[in-house]
Amino acid sequence: MSIFQYDFMIRALVGALITGASAPAIGIYLVQRRLSLIGDGLGHVALTGVGFGLLLHQSPVLMAVVAAALGAVVIELVRERGKTSGDVALAMLFYGGISGGVILVNLSDEQSNRSLVTYLFGSPLTTSRQDLTVMLILGCAVLAVAVLLRPWLFAVCHDEEYARVSGLPVRALNLILAVTTAVTVTVAMRAVGLLLVSALMVVPVATAQQLTRGFRVTMLVAVLIGLTVSGGGIWISTVADTGPGATVVLLAIAGFFTATVGVSTWRAVRRRAGPRPSTPERTTPEVVLDRVDHGY
Amino acid sequence: MVLEVDRAVVAYDGRPVLDGVSLRVDPAEVVAILGANGSGKSTLVKSALGLVPLAKGEVRLFGTPLRRFRSWHRLGYVPQRVGAGSGVPATVGEVVAEGRLARRGFLRFPSGADKRAVEEALTAVGLADRAREPVSVLSGGQQQRVLIARALAGAPELLVLDEPTAGVDAASQEAFAACLHHFVEQGGTVVFVAHELGPLRPLITRAVVVHHGEIIHDGAPPEPAGHHAEPGHDHVHPHASVEAPGLLGSA
Repeated sequence: MSIFQYDFMIRALVGALITGASAPAIGIYLVQRRLSLIGDGLGHVALTGVGFGLLLHQSPVLMAVVAAALGAVVIELVRERGKTSGDVALAMLFYGGISGGVILVNLSDEQSNRSLVTYLFGSPLTTSRQDLTVMLILGCAVLAVAVLLRPWLFAVCHDEEYARVSGLPVRALNLILAVTTAVTVTVAMRAVGLLLVSALMVVPVATAQQLTRGFRVTMLVAVLIGLTVSGGGIWISTVADTGPGATVVLLAIAGFFTATVGVSTWRAVRRRAGPRPSTPERTTPEVVLDRVDHGY
Repeated sequence: MVLEVDRAVVAYDGRPVLDGVSLRVDPAEVVAILGANGSGKSTLVKSALGLVPLAKGEVRLFGTPLRRFRSWHRLGYVPQRVGAGSGVPATVGEVVAEGRLARRGFLRFPSGADKRAVEEALTAVGLADRAREPVSVLSGGQQQRVLIARALAGAPELLVLDEPTAGVDAASQEAFAACLHHFVEQGGTVVFVAHELGPLRPLITRAVVVHHGEIIHDGAPPEPAGHHAEPGHDHVHPHASVEAPGLLGSA
C-alpha cells in the first residue's frame, strides 16, 4: 500500500470514503420512493452552479450546493403536484442545467474542457485540504440527516398518506430529503463526478437489499458497501491507472452482480435441500372471499 | 362527536365524486360505509382525513375543524393495501413502529412504551412472532394485519379502515374481526369502508350506503340475503338488500 504514503492519495481516499458513506445513506430513501435517478438530474443542475462559481470566482462547490438545492426544491414541488407534465418539466430542468453549466464554464477563465471533465467525472487526486474540509462537513451533515431522521423519512417514503394522517410534517420532511440529496451530489462531485453520483446513491442500496430483511440493516449494509467500493475503487484506479470515478462505479456494479449471483445460487442450493418445515404458512393458499367487482 | 362531515363536495377534474355528503359518527359507534366500486365511499373516508381536498363543505375531527386539528394520535388509519411494498425491504416491526410516530416526539428515540405498544399491537393481530421478518414474505392477509397493527400501535380512539377485508384470506379475516371486537369493547370508535361485511357483520352498529356520490341509506345494517351470508360464496350479483334496486337499473 505504498501509494498511500503521499498526502494527495490520503486525501483522495478520505474524500472517496466520505462519499461512499453518505451517498447510499441518503440514496436508500430515493430508492424506496422509486426516485432512483433524481440524483442524476440534480448532478446536471449542479453543473450550472459550478459554472457560476468559476465565472464569478466563487467556490464552485458552494455554488453547486446552492444550484442543486434550488433544483431539488423545484423537483419536490413538481412531484408534490403530481402533474403528468411534471416529467417534461424535469427534463427541461436537467438538460437546461447541464447545458447552462457547459456554457458558463466555457465563459469562465478556466474554459478548458479539462476542468469540465473534472467536475463531470470526478478527480479525487486533486482534492485539496480545503476541499476535504468542506466535504467532511457536508458529508457529516448528510449522514446526520439520514441516520437521525430515519424513522420519519422512512415513514414519509414508505407510505406518504399514512404519514400525513399521523400528523407528520410531510412537506418539510420531503424538502429536507430533497435538499440533503442535493448536498450529497456536491459532496460526491470530487470523488465520482456529477454524472456518476447517482450510481453511488443507488447501486450499493440495490446490492444490499438482496441480502437483508429490514430497512435499518439495508442502510447499514449499503453504507458498508459504499465505503468498500469507493476505497477499493480509488486503490485499483491508482494501481491500474484508470479513471477513479468510473472505477468506483464499475466496482459497485460488479458487487451488485456478485451479490445477485450469490443469492440466487444460495437459494437454488437451499431449494434442492428440500422445503423448510418451519414456514408452512407462507404456502397456504389464500381463500379470497371478496373478489368480484360489480363493475359499474 | 368523533367525526363530522358536513355537506362535503369533492370533484376530480371537474367530475363530482362526492355531492354534498354529510356524515356524523359518535363515540363507540361501528360504522360500515358500503357501496360499489366508484361510488365514492373511499373518497368520503379520505376527505374526512384530509387526504382529498374538499371543494365545498367542512370536516371536523373530535369537534375540531380539520385544518386546525393537531391531535392525530387520537386517530388510527388503515389504508387500502397496495402491492408487496417497495423494493427496499422493511421488517414487520419497522412498519408497525411507524404507528408510534404520532405520539413519539420529533427526534426522540423510541421509549419503552413505544416498543411495548408495537409488541402488543402485533400480538393483537396474531403476528407477534413475525416482527423481524420482511413484510414482503407475508401473505396479502397478513400484510393487511400488519397495517392494522400499525394503526393500533398508536392507541387511537378512532380507527378508520379503507377496504380492510378486500382480498384477505379467511384466517386473516377472522383475526381482524376478533381484534376489532376487542378494540370496540374498550370503547373505540370504528369507521370502515367495505365492499361487503363478511365476518364483521356482528360488530357493526350502523351502515351507510354511498351510491353515485350520495348517501342513499344511513341506519340499520342491511340483512344478508340468502347464501350471501355464507362465507366463501362467489360474489357475482349486486346486494339487492343494500342498494336500492330502482337506482341500479343499469347494473
